Amino acid sequence: MAIRDRLVEFVLPASALILALLAWEFIVWYAAIPTYVLPAPSLILKTLYVDWDTLFASLLVTLHITFEALFVAIMGGVALAMLFAQSRIIERAFFPFAVVMQVTPIISIAPLLLVYLSTSTAVLVCAFLVAFFPILSNTALGLASADHNLIDLFDLYRASRWQQLLWLRVPSALPYFLGGLRIGGGLALIGAIVAEIAAGSAGQGAGLAYRIVESGFRLNIPRMFAALLLISVAGILIFLLFTALSHVLLRRWHDSARGREA
Amino acid sequence: MNETSTTREAVVPLSGAALTPGDALVSLRSVSKTFANSVTALAGLNLDVREGEFLSLLGPSGCGKSTILRLISRLTNPTSGQIEWRSGRPEIGFVFQEPTLMPWATVFSNVFLPLRFRGVSRAKAKKKVQDALDSVGLGKFANAYPRELSGGMKMRVSIARALVLRPPLLLMDEPFAALDEITRLKLNDELVQLKCALGATIVFVTHSVYESVYLSTRIVVMAPRPGRVVAEIPIEAPLPRAEEFRLGAFYAQKCRETSAALHGAMGDKAIS
Repeated sequence: MAIRDRLVEFVLPASALILALLAWEFIVWYAAIPTYVLPAPSLILKTLYVDWDTLFASLLVTLHITFEALFVAIMGGVALAMLFAQSRIIERAFFPFAVVMQVTPIISIAPLLLVYLSTSTAVLVCAFLVAFFPILSNTALGLASADHNLIDLFDLYRASRWQQLLWLRVPSALPYFLGGLRIGGGLALIGAIVAEIAAGSAGQGAGLAYRIVESGFRLNIPRMFAALLLISVAGILIFLLFTALSHVLLRRWHDSARGREA
Repeated sequence: MNETSTTREAVVPLSGAALTPGDALVSLRSVSKTFANSVTALAGLNLDVREGEFLSLLGPSGCGKSTILRLISRLTNPTSGQIEWRSGRPEIGFVFQEPTLMPWATVFSNVFLPLRFRGVSRAKAKKKVQDALDSVGLGKFANAYPRELSGGMKMRVSIARALVLRPPLLLMDEPFAALDEITRLKLNDELVQLKCALGATIVFVTHSVYESVYLSTRIVVMAPRPGRVVAEIPIEAPLPRAEEFRLGAFYAQKCRETSAALHGAMGDKAIS
């Protein structure tokens, strides 16, 4: 029965989560663990409520940078992927740059960027760099993966290279792009956090990761956990957003979004 | 490797003196085709496609049947030899072995595609697309997505798309090979009816002796390595043909004849 299946799908993980939280609460109380070592969930939630103004403002800063970086990564990644699809010369020339950008760990680049740029710009650039490559790579793969029979069909009717790109390659690439977007969305957040932590260690910044570093210095561990909780929530929301987008765009026609018939 | 020619000639519709049935619509003269990997698909091929006929190209794998279709439709160019069109290059419809539909578009959009390439607006094309869908029995499915259709229905959409511009020449590369027997027989009859209604010339690639004898007015049997013609078998019986045709002596005799030629092409001892 569908209702029963849905119940199982939600109730089981929710119950497991609640049990885990209760166990955590109990262990902290039973073993009298100090709050600066491991705060109980109840304390974390209380801190979240008390420090809401500060933490929420920081959440907005982090999210703002994440989405701004993601936007630029999408524009840049898609445009470059289309350019690569149209010209093999450009692809061969610039792809190595993109690969180098991808494989160099962002944590090693962040301090350098913080020297050259203002804090918020550096954070933006870091978030952009990690989100850019998956989007570029997946979109380029999608554009190259158009059905060869369909390419023949377009050749048959003497389609121009632009018609082929816009009417065939771009729609073919959509599932791949959305896959890259889901990855890039999460990575943009990570990139922003990494840069913020690097900045925060130098005493600069205003986002959630900065709050974590700041709380660490001040030994305000409950607030650190509260900030961590908000970051997780942000990550989950981003993931759900892009999964829903994927589902809406693909559900009528792509195998990945369709349920199997019983 | 993309083999299409880089020059973009306008497609010249059938013009000038009308061809009478039996005139060559297109002639392949001493056409050879060798691929980049040194495989010789065709060697010195001579073949006429006659106006109004249903021509089947029959042969084992690798004898160049699909290559001939690709040469006629200019998806690829010959290594040597000429392809001559008697009266300018007409509009050509092509049906592949897979339905080759755009999965992200509705049935309507898929059949609309050739018209879109010719600059016709969606509104103006509506009637032509609907007519094409009606002619293959899918009039009610304009808003469905390919994923929602059966194999036979998808192939019908592919045929509707190939016919929407009313091409004088229709090329079909084993279009029914992936379908079940029942659907295949049904589509055989529907295809012949469409051919007669539109007055089109059809070049049909197949592996099946029975299909080629039932559908065609002429069968060309080919052999591989290198690809060449080894036999030509006329089927003088009018189209369309009823199911009863399959039960007659004429059909049986032609099947024997064709089968023998095919075995000869494959190097087997002829079964007399």
